[in-house]
Amino acid sequence: MRLKTYDAIIVGGGHNGLVTACYLQKAGLDVLVVEKNDWVGGAAVSRSLTPGFLYSNCSYVCSLFRPEIMRDLELPKHGLQVLPYEGGAVLTRDGDYLANYREHYPHQREIARFSKKDAEAYDRYARDVTRQCRFIQPLLMRTAPDPFSFKPRDIQELLFLARKFGEMSAHDLAQTIRFWTMSISDFLDEYFETDVLKAFLAISGIIGTALGPKSPGTAYVLLHHYMGEVDGSVGAWGFARGGMGAISKALAASFQASGGTIRTGADVQQVLTRQGRACGVVLANGEEIRGKMVVSNADVKRTFLKLVAPSDLPDRFLNRVRNFKMRGSSGKVNIALDSLPDFPALPANSPCTKGDLHFTDSIERMERAYDDWKAERWSADPMIDLMIPTRIDPTMAPPGKHFMSCFTQYCPPKVEGRDWTDQDRDAFAESVISQIAAYSPGFRDRIIHMEVRTPRELEAEVGLTEGNIFQGELTFDQILFNRPVPGYAQYRSPIEGLYICGSSTHPGGGVMGAPGRNAAAEILRDLKLSPKEMSAAHDVL
Amino acid sequence: MTSCDAIVIGAGHNGLTAATLLAEAGRKVLALEASDFVGGGARTAEFAPGYRSSGLAHIVNRLDPDVARLLRLPAEVASGELLPTVVLSEGREPAVLRGAYGSAGIEGVTEAEARAFQSLKAKLLFQASILKRFLKRRPPEIGKMSGTDIKDFGLAGMSLISRGKEEARDFLRMVLMNVADVAEEYLADERLKALLAFDATLGVHLGPRSPTSLLGLYYRLTGEAGGLAGGQFIPKGGMGALGAAFADSAKRAGVTIRTNASVRRLLTANGKIAGIELLNGETIAGDLVVAAIHPKSVFLDLADPADIDTVFKKQIRNVRSEGNVAKLDLALSALPRFTGVSERDHRGRIVIARSARHVDEAFNPAKYGEFSPDPVMEITLPSLADPSLAPAGGAVLSALIQYAPYRLKMGWETGKPLFEQAVMAVLERHAPGIGALVVGKDLQTPRDIEARYNMPGGHWHHGELQVDQLLVNRPTDLASGYSTPIGGLYLASAGAHPGGGLSGLPGLLAARHILSGDRR
Amino acid sequence: MTMNASVLKALQTHIDQPIAETPFEPRFDALSRYPDWYVWAGYKAAHSLGDVEAEYTALRNAAGVFDVTPMNKYRITGADAERFLNYLTVRDVRKLAVDRVHYTCWCNDFGHVIDDGTLFRLGADDFRLCCQDKQYDWLTDAAFGFEVAIEEETHHVAGLALQGPTSCRILKNMGFIGVEQLKPFQIARYSLGEGTVTVSRTGFTGDLGYELWVENGLALPLWDQLFEAGALHGIRAVGYQALNQCRIEAAFIVPNADFMTASHVLRPDRARLPDEIGLDWLVDPDKPNFNGKRAILSAQAKGTAKHVLVGLEIEGNVPAEGAIIYHRQKREAGIVTAGIWSPTAKRNIALASLDRPFGTTVTEDLWAEIYALCEGRYHKLMKRVKIVPRPFLKLDRRTTTPPADF
Repeated sequence: MRLKTYDAIIVGGGHNGLVTACYLQKAGLDVLVVEKNDWVGGAAVSRSLTPGFLYSNCSYVCSLFRPEIMRDLELPKHGLQVLPYEGGAVLTRDGDYLANYREHYPHQREIARFSKKDAEAYDRYARDVTRQCRFIQPLLMRTAPDPFSFKPRDIQELLFLARKFGEMSAHDLAQTIRFWTMSISDFLDEYFETDVLKAFLAISGIIGTALGPKSPGTAYVLLHHYMGEVDGSVGAWGFARGGMGAISKALAASFQASGGTIRTGADVQQVLTRQGRACGVVLANGEEIRGKMVVSNADVKRTFLKLVAPSDLPDRFLNRVRNFKMRGSSGKVNIALDSLPDFPALPANSPCTKGDLHFTDSIERMERAYDDWKAERWSADPMIDLMIPTRIDPTMAPPGKHFMSCFTQYCPPKVEGRDWTDQDRDAFAESVISQIAAYSPGFRDRIIHMEVRTPRELEAEVGLTEGNIFQGELTFDQILFNRPVPGYAQYRSPIEGLYICGSSTHPGGGVMGAPGRNAAAEILRDLKLSPKEMSAAHDVL
Repeated sequence: MTSCDAIVIGAGHNGLTAATLLAEAGRKVLALEASDFVGGGARTAEFAPGYRSSGLAHIVNRLDPDVARLLRLPAEVASGELLPTVVLSEGREPAVLRGAYGSAGIEGVTEAEARAFQSLKAKLLFQASILKRFLKRRPPEIGKMSGTDIKDFGLAGMSLISRGKEEARDFLRMVLMNVADVAEEYLADERLKALLAFDATLGVHLGPRSPTSLLGLYYRLTGEAGGLAGGQFIPKGGMGALGAAFADSAKRAGVTIRTNASVRRLLTANGKIAGIELLNGETIAGDLVVAAIHPKSVFLDLADPADIDTVFKKQIRNVRSEGNVAKLDLALSALPRFTGVSERDHRGRIVIARSARHVDEAFNPAKYGEFSPDPVMEITLPSLADPSLAPAGGAVLSALIQYAPYRLKMGWETGKPLFEQAVMAVLERHAPGIGALVVGKDLQTPRDIEARYNMPGGHWHHGELQVDQLLVNRPTDLASGYSTPIGGLYLASAGAHPGGGLSGLPGLLAARHILSGDRR
Repeated sequence: MTMNASVLKALQTHIDQPIAETPFEPRFDALSRYPDWYVWAGYKAAHSLGDVEAEYTALRNAAGVFDVTPMNKYRITGADAERFLNYLTVRDVRKLAVDRVHYTCWCNDFGHVIDDGTLFRLGADDFRLCCQDKQYDWLTDAAFGFEVAIEEETHHVAGLALQGPTSCRILKNMGFIGVEQLKPFQIARYSLGEGTVTVSRTGFTGDLGYELWVENGLALPLWDQLFEAGALHGIRAVGYQALNQCRIEAAFIVPNADFMTASHVLRPDRARLPDEIGLDWLVDPDKPNFNGKRAILSAQAKGTAKHVLVGLEIEGNVPAEGAIIYHRQKREAGIVTAGIWSPTAKRNIALASLDRPFGTTVTEDLWAEIYALCEGRYHKLMKRVKIVPRPFLKLDRRTTTPPADF
């Protein structure tokens, strides 16, 4: 029997791989997705590790996922439903808290409890950040131009960028330059005087990064978390009903409904090349699968340092890939609870637990947590982004029981130069549990089951090199036309027919889907197919 | 009430540069200095009986050749013998960079490492040369680019690709990186990585792992001495001689310099400058005032709050300008001996930083208003070159120590003796017995520097030299091209573009802007 | 600022009561025949009490009472208070006498209007600023370097606007002796029970009218005495809809309706100079520097203002709010920001923001495209408009002192 040759093989069934797969399949290609795990979704998964509970094992919010993609791929039809947060809070060491209410007036009065000036400055802050979001949003769904290619398309895209800048007044432009290069801590200092408010807002400047709130560039990262939207309300965060796996499930269903094939439990060991062109993959069991092209959803290091023979790649490119920074910085503790934990500091019946809870009430504590990471230790006093999705989504646990997701920073890829051990992992989990327990009496007794994930587990299971959740740090040298490496920021690689579509590419990490969509657009362009099933990015009026 | 064509506030080197150039253009210029000495940070003063040292700056590494030429600074102060840089490392021989930043060779490292360093240096120099184009001109006018702006961007673009696309790509990747990662990518020797980390962060509130910290190194490499980028020297007669030379140029040009003339406030009429009032109540009329002092002093202390608008006022308040460096002068009864350093290299710049991590760990506490028990520093022994600074047989040690946060949590009153102990412990480790030689000392914390030099925050750059406070945003976008919202009032200090260090460039560029008649 | 946790906790009722109530709320609630509330600056406020036409008629024919408590009120005191306010606002505060009020606006550094409001001079160094938007943040930033204290009074000073031809009579009935001698924009104080009522001859209707200010505790006694005194003079509580009709007739503008304030705009081209919203008459170029002066004067010198606020009279009787204005029925020239059929003037009037030169040098051949939704169908009307002087309704009784005694 003659081996079947697919039009495209997608290596890795993460959300971006699935997005690319869907668009290519819809454009008429015969696409195969190969995934090493027995399930798809990469870091956007819901797994049942204890009976009756669904865990969002890795990623836990879905505000960034582009609505254009949801629409194009008919994800609602395939089961995706996004539920907005209803609140949030930072619990402070003095027994108080700062609530984050969605309602404007209560929220303003809540901030005014701490500072009247801050309550008003918050509106100014929200306006200024929204302005920046509006500037950056249109760039998400565009391929970053190569500033040195001089091809008409790149020049056109550069002109688009120039025009975006040109629309701004000189003052706004100067502010934009500052915003992009400041630390979130310095940026917040220009608006607020209340520590706990600054600490709450700074979290969005560091989540997922290998930076502390005092690192220049973290104000920009804030956008990366704010430019999400839930039904047009910019900056809103939401849960996926059924956990983050619901996104992957819907993507997989959409893909299969349009005729695509998914193979799970198929670990790609190598990308085959013939005469410098990608022509298929080899699985761990030695099986070869042929494809006219290969699209890697794996991160750039895994793709080019593990799956491809070095001899197939130019030295300079390899060197740049090796120098790509993707140090993991976070861990996750997922907990099944037999009842809703009590936070006595919060007002009864408040919506605070229907969103993100934090215990880090000052920038200093957050930055000190980062210093631990720089010294290759997990943070003694970690920054936890805690959610109880079952407060909103009842499908994830049996009635009355709850699932809690604790995203935790910082957590290094190696511990003082050596690999993680199980003891380290347990000690890390204890640092998280003890912080929560300090604010929630009886918390430990409610725990039924716990899943602890350090960068080691993330790398082993999801395949993220060094456990970096963004498939590459989000610093100036690794965004836009520098992502993942200069000269290869347009989803192509030095090997013809080998593309990359994961978060290592522009616009980067988060469950956004934009890299996957943009990669599909470039592939279709190379195939001279018009991407008619791909709608244009929504207007920013 | 007296009057003159131009009043320059502050007779530091930038003020004197601007004053000289304005006077040479035929203006009647009065330079007012609040303290009893001219030259600002470039001074030599007695700090212990019979011992003299430089006040703040202790090395010249970025004096602009155009400034030296235009001010006809004498060659013996505007240039000098290039000093080596000696990077100490416990238990190892030091690494010594000869010539200008190793241009004449690097000793104490492997040949391969020396080559790696030279190739990295060449890359950084190339990249710095692109940025340098913008340091020697007024910041571009964003929003309404002039022909010169467009031309300079074009030229920068052309020089960027002059070495091929790949070098250009490296530039756009590296320009905002942190120095530690760059050093790690190119170098293996901890001492060399430490040196880059130290030089990139000296004087700013960043650690080597802070994004954008490479910029400090570029800034350093845009400086030159004797025509060589990265060179450094101590002028004959010390830093005070350089300060005096600036003052001499000004006097030669006809500038009247008044010391002990502290300005109380700026006078305005119809939104334009009308003169100044001194602390003693004397007023001096003039429709051109050049403020070569910290922008915060100008707008928050001297200007009437009703003369500047609110957004601008807030921007000025937000200028980050808290110093991180302490200056230590030691009067020693004999020359100290740094372990492993040859006799002649004691004349050089001695850097104590073991590794980039050491610099980073010295930085960490500074974020919280604390200091590291193991600080990093650069040391000179100026009396070796100029024996007149110390009594016969004695020696002077001058050190810039990082990080010494302006806002020390425990307060400098309490902290100063503890900090001094920490510094002396480090010195003792590298120069055993030095403690016993100390006969006098002067430790200036940023608080002391603030008081002594009228520098808010005690920051020698008059504002953090970080990306968000550069170019069009220095000191803020509403006053970045030397003009200010107050007509006739101009800025000319390190707080204006291109920033601090003994370059004279802010003074030069401000004077050029004023003389061009461009009143934007 | 640190407070101990128990104090902070005592302030936590806001999530249970998202909307604040003014001290007059029980009276409005009792009089509301068909509750029609909206949220004004975090307060529960009445759109109408059930009969907009009757409420409007009360305002123009007798006396209407409108609750202005949600207006933001800032008390500015101190040695530099006059100098500070002269710097903050575009009008010359030095010319504002004690116990006088003036309407003014203030701008950011770029000359864009942040808000408008009324400035009360309660003493040589004692002022109250009343406005729509929250200004504490801006005021405190602006006050840096000045010797002033800024205190927000919004939540403890209650205010009622008493507007209409019989309003003076009613106050006289209250025993406010000499109130008829109050000139427009003048302030007087009267005692009421244990406290004081501050009365200013000000308002937002372009009619005879007063605003009454008291500490919260005195609010209900004030209301009750007022309604007793007005019982025979047609006094009636009114909501915003009726007031809005009056203010359009008087051609008063409302921030974030007729123009966007600089603190709200996301799109830079939406902010407005005073000259672009008809407030150029407030700007005093001869006084010392004030915030935005350089930008405003420079825009005037260079002629860079892009918009202009005009009063329009529109053919027919269909209100034109939201209509696009066209030149020669083709080229877009602006938008109607507020428009009604004026019950008193019997004209179809509107305020509009036009893009210059429309409204300045080009004033003919302008049209309004009105979409009127009637029983499930849009009637698309193209109506000729004429630029007319503002206000649309000029009432002598607004300024006559003493007012006629009804």
